[in-house]
Amino acid sequence: MRVNGVEEKLDVEPWVSLLDALRERLGVTGPKKGCDQGACGACTVLADGMRINACLALAVQYADKEITTIEGVTPHPLQEAFVRHDGFQCGYCTPGQICSAIAMLDEYAAGMPSAVSDGAPQLTEAEIRERMSGNLCRCGAYNGIVDAIKEVAG
Amino acid sequence: MRPFAYVKPPDVDAALQAVAADSGARFLGGGTNLVDLMREGIERPYTVVDVTGLPLDEVAELPGGGLRIGALVRNSALAADRRVRTRYPMLSQAILAGASAQLRNMATVGGNLLQRTRCPYFYDQASACNKREPGAGCDAIGGFNRSHAILGVSDSCIATHPSDMCVALTALDAVVEARSVRGTRRIPLADFHLLPGDTPHVETALAADELITAVEVPPIAAPSRYRKVRDRASYAFALVSVAAAMEVEDGTITQVRLALGGVATKPWRAREAERILLGGPAADEAFRRAADAELASAVTRPGNAFKAGLARATIAATLRDLTPGEEAA
Amino acid sequence: MTTTYAERTATEKYVGRPVDRLDGPAKTTGEARYAAEHRYPDLAYAALVHATVARGRITAIDTAAARAVPGVIEVLTHENAPAMKPFKVSLLDPLGAMASGTSVNYLATDEVHWNGQPVAVVVAETHEAARHAASLVRPAYQELPAVVDFSAEEPNATPQKRSMLLESEADKGDAKAALAAAPVSVDLRFTTPPHNHNAIEPHATTAAWNGDHLTVHEATQGIPWVRKQLALRFGVPERNIRVLSPFVGGGFGGKGPIWAGTLLAVLAARATGRPVRLALTRAGVYHTVGGRTPSTQRVALGADEDGRLTALIHTSVARTGRVGGWQEQITSASRHLYAAPNIHLRQHLVQLDLLPNTPMRAPGESIGSFALESAVDELAWELGMDPIELRMRNEPERNPVDGKRFARRFLREAYALGAERFGWKERDPRPGAMRDGRWLVGMGVATAYHPAMHMPVSAAVRLSADGGVVVRCAMAEIGVGAATVQAQIAADELGVPLEAVRVESGDSELPLGAMAGGSTQTASVAASVLAACRKLKQSALALARRSPDSPLRGRRLSDLEARDGGLFRGGSGETYAAILTRAGRDHLESEIKPGMLGLVGPLRDRMRWVKAACGAQFCEVRVDRDTGEVRVSRWLGVFDVGRVINAKLVASQLRGGIVMGIGLALSEETLIDPRTGRIVNASLGEYHVPVHADIPRIDVHWLDEPDPTMPLGLVGVGEVGITGVGAAVANAVRHATGRRIADLPITLDKLL
Repeated sequence: MRVNGVEEKLDVEPWVSLLDALRERLGVTGPKKGCDQGACGACTVLADGMRINACLALAVQYADKEITTIEGVTPHPLQEAFVRHDGFQCGYCTPGQICSAIAMLDEYAAGMPSAVSDGAPQLTEAEIRERMSGNLCRCGAYNGIVDAIKEVAG
Repeated sequence: MRPFAYVKPPDVDAALQAVAADSGARFLGGGTNLVDLMREGIERPYTVVDVTGLPLDEVAELPGGGLRIGALVRNSALAADRRVRTRYPMLSQAILAGASAQLRNMATVGGNLLQRTRCPYFYDQASACNKREPGAGCDAIGGFNRSHAILGVSDSCIATHPSDMCVALTALDAVVEARSVRGTRRIPLADFHLLPGDTPHVETALAADELITAVEVPPIAAPSRYRKVRDRASYAFALVSVAAAMEVEDGTITQVRLALGGVATKPWRAREAERILLGGPAADEAFRRAADAELASAVTRPGNAFKAGLARATIAATLRDLTPGEEAA
Repeated sequence: MTTTYAERTATEKYVGRPVDRLDGPAKTTGEARYAAEHRYPDLAYAALVHATVARGRITAIDTAAARAVPGVIEVLTHENAPAMKPFKVSLLDPLGAMASGTSVNYLATDEVHWNGQPVAVVVAETHEAARHAASLVRPAYQELPAVVDFSAEEPNATPQKRSMLLESEADKGDAKAALAAAPVSVDLRFTTPPHNHNAIEPHATTAAWNGDHLTVHEATQGIPWVRKQLALRFGVPERNIRVLSPFVGGGFGGKGPIWAGTLLAVLAARATGRPVRLALTRAGVYHTVGGRTPSTQRVALGADEDGRLTALIHTSVARTGRVGGWQEQITSASRHLYAAPNIHLRQHLVQLDLLPNTPMRAPGESIGSFALESAVDELAWELGMDPIELRMRNEPERNPVDGKRFARRFLREAYALGAERFGWKERDPRPGAMRDGRWLVGMGVATAYHPAMHMPVSAAVRLSADGGVVVRCAMAEIGVGAATVQAQIAADELGVPLEAVRVESGDSELPLGAMAGGSTQTASVAASVLAACRKLKQSALALARRSPDSPLRGRRLSDLEARDGGLFRGGSGETYAAILTRAGRDHLESEIKPGMLGLVGPLRDRMRWVKAACGAQFCEVRVDRDTGEVRVSRWLGVFDVGRVINAKLVASQLRGGIVMGIGLALSEETLIDPRTGRIVNASLGEYHVPVHADIPRIDVHWLDEPDPTMPLGLVGVGEVGITGVGAAVANAVRHATGRRIADLPITLDKLL
């Protein structure tokens, strides 16, 4: 498996999730465990550029993928924008929010629709909110996150 | 998660062989449901056959204008497919109304067809559940059942079928193609999911060794729409959803398809409502009458009694949106 | 009016500014390490086994299958676990009763006190093996009768005990008679469900023993409690225990007390001789960490035809657990908000065989304000009066129940500014009159209110010869930006650049006392940091004055300005670095240790003043005319929160409270099966916290009027944001639909 551009030799049992493999075996703790059941998005990482919930991915299924975590996207303009717009408080959901937002902007650029798409050419706040709804923030930093994404989206 | 053997067969035949030889084997697609259920100890396969490497991820044209959707097409890819968006809007909308972007990137069409209920009593090993443990009883019937089904229920189970995609596919008369070492079968979607009856643990017509290889959707001319009503604005299962397609000429309904989600133990094709609507006026009163007829067989409980009224209102609102001259606000 | 505290720092370069969080880079790059992210060679993993009965005794516990799982090191049950010392309440430390979430001595007893209580711990080489083995442990129970149904038990409620810290009952005049005689009145019954904090980081502990010394990486809001409680329960001196908690992934009250997971991780580490990590599953958090109590409340209001209140009755029933729990001050806002001549307030409790409740963001006020502020709105409907006007007519000059003075109160100003900014005059007062396509539009207001307090805490500040400043305090960083705010204060008081200040926190080796709870931490730490900085300046000046060469010779501190990294008067003076270097000193340090005596000030203040944060919440909702779906489409809050140290962080805290309040209003509810006491929706999939799509742009403003009785004039902002939110939403829904929803959450089924 390639993790953040580095070839990692990883010998894990098939029942080890990608998230646990990253956090416990490789010490890559940027992706967080919030629910371990695909309900919060804190574990969001990129697999060949696509955002996924690493908690529901078995590591063995991703042996031939390029995995990118928050550690691998650094530095990214979204990180500074999150700080500037205070798009977080406790910081625990933040790596997942940022990874998710990076992929979201790519999805939008590629013309992928969302449940609120209405053909408007601009990435509206409503679009950002719907597309980011897979990432919970219990501190309630949603406004700041949307502002940070808007700024980077331009 | 109980330890298991993992195999990743190179082709469909090898995958079919792998499960044919092992009654404790399960196919693994995107994992969004199976991995969760395995971690909860509800699914306990001895062998997991990872099918994500199989060449079943194409959306192809069918002669006559339909689409053949490979079982391993990811939900997000299907929803984004230009042909699906223009020819089957309700299918694209249904998928986009479900889960989150991350989960849609992982989930496959075949896996979505096999998605299991989110009934919390099914998930909690401390509760009685006939689906998880046949004969154990059902804690949902006398418990919290606000999210539970009112159609297709039995004394053993009132668990709601969770999928959005399947509701649209039901309305579209989709057909599931399944293969095993014994051959290939085509199962109409209406027959694919089973009512719980007294065997709620048997959820689909699929045999244990059968692999879903594709779903075919025939062409449809009528405009369509998927409306989902839920407790959050996003990322929540449906309380009620409606997949509807309707064509109206001179105020008369000439074609109609209607299916319901969130209210039934399987993706619910509202045939009775369709029968009443067809040939009648495209008017609110007719929509409500048709909805009432469909919901006449509903069995409600204190927790979910509201769903009958909600379904009725949502059906009427969705059909109103499909009525020429009515704006979809 | 006496001023207890200085209102300003020496300079005003950073205080009041929207400074970016100092820990922003760490949190946005994944560098920040949380409690479950510390690696130890030889680390073992623990998983809990939860009881499946509400009350009973374990008659047998079969661990054979669990032990047979490869990688399992130990299975601890009440049959083989080393004993912890029992939980004790010390009379000298009344708050200490809160330090432990429950009184249960886990694994020392065969008793089960709630459905979900941990009854065994599996320790294994991997997380996966531990969790799988835990699922194979088979306890057998003798079930005992359990009382778990809150609404069924409500008639048996008993009056809540009085407490020095918590307000409860009050009587003024004859409210019952006044209500009966009132020409206009409302009398409403409200219910609010249990809630769970659902910090995104599940509680986690990494514990390592070295002989009788213990290191614990813990997700906690209260480092001192963790250390003290572990010392008591494991029989080692406090100085032997180091608690590290530099980053906490959200708390909201749930990480205040110590729960089973912490104790059992430490126990498992002791039993196995291995460093042990116990990160709770999400369901495990629900089953071992208490949440917010449910409540039923009655609010009855009587008024004359002009809308002057004549009677205010507010009573509540809440619950605690048989093995612990926190008595909420549900009627608190009713003591302070309205100038009614007749007031009757009572709080009642039932005790259930459930996991005890615990404080959750604005315990009491969040749900109490829902009832009070909904009833006031309903009275406005009865009177045909604008709800803001009704509130302004009843705005008290002094605290209504006892005549105490308000330390400050700018609620009128908050409403005036809010109404203007929100466009309140655009509101058509008729119900259902405002529409937008399929949406019925409604606008509602409610008052936010949360008491203000500060506590004695220790903090130290060090000045180094290189010009660097280190603020040291074992406070918790649960997301408020604790380090950033204290760095701003220290930089201004010492007159040094912000970049020169480093803040050390989250470690029990640092000066102790601070807790992130009750919206007290920022003000409490600020008082000590300020005092430490002042002492440091004195020390620096004293050092300078000893030297004949110093331009500061003969100067008094009051003549000097702290700026440019030193002490100056006009163009003359010198930097701290120069003072220290000349004196041959490597650094100067001053520590403030108020101890328990430090409580005297705040308690005396309580006798004298009513201090609080308050505000006006404005909400616009859209209700789907067909389905009853409610969407919050606009929000504006104007708050009176004293002095604002960091505009960016205060805005975030207030918004965060409002977001959680929108969850409370529309979707959050912990479902506890009344047959079994089992939490049914113990997951983030089924317990609906708000997602991005639920939250509109939230405008927050504040009046920035310092509180003369609080350190630096600042008032905590962690909790006031959530208060009033439930009512503002309910009142907007009332306006949109004509329907008064008195039972939270306002789900669409209640509007069909």
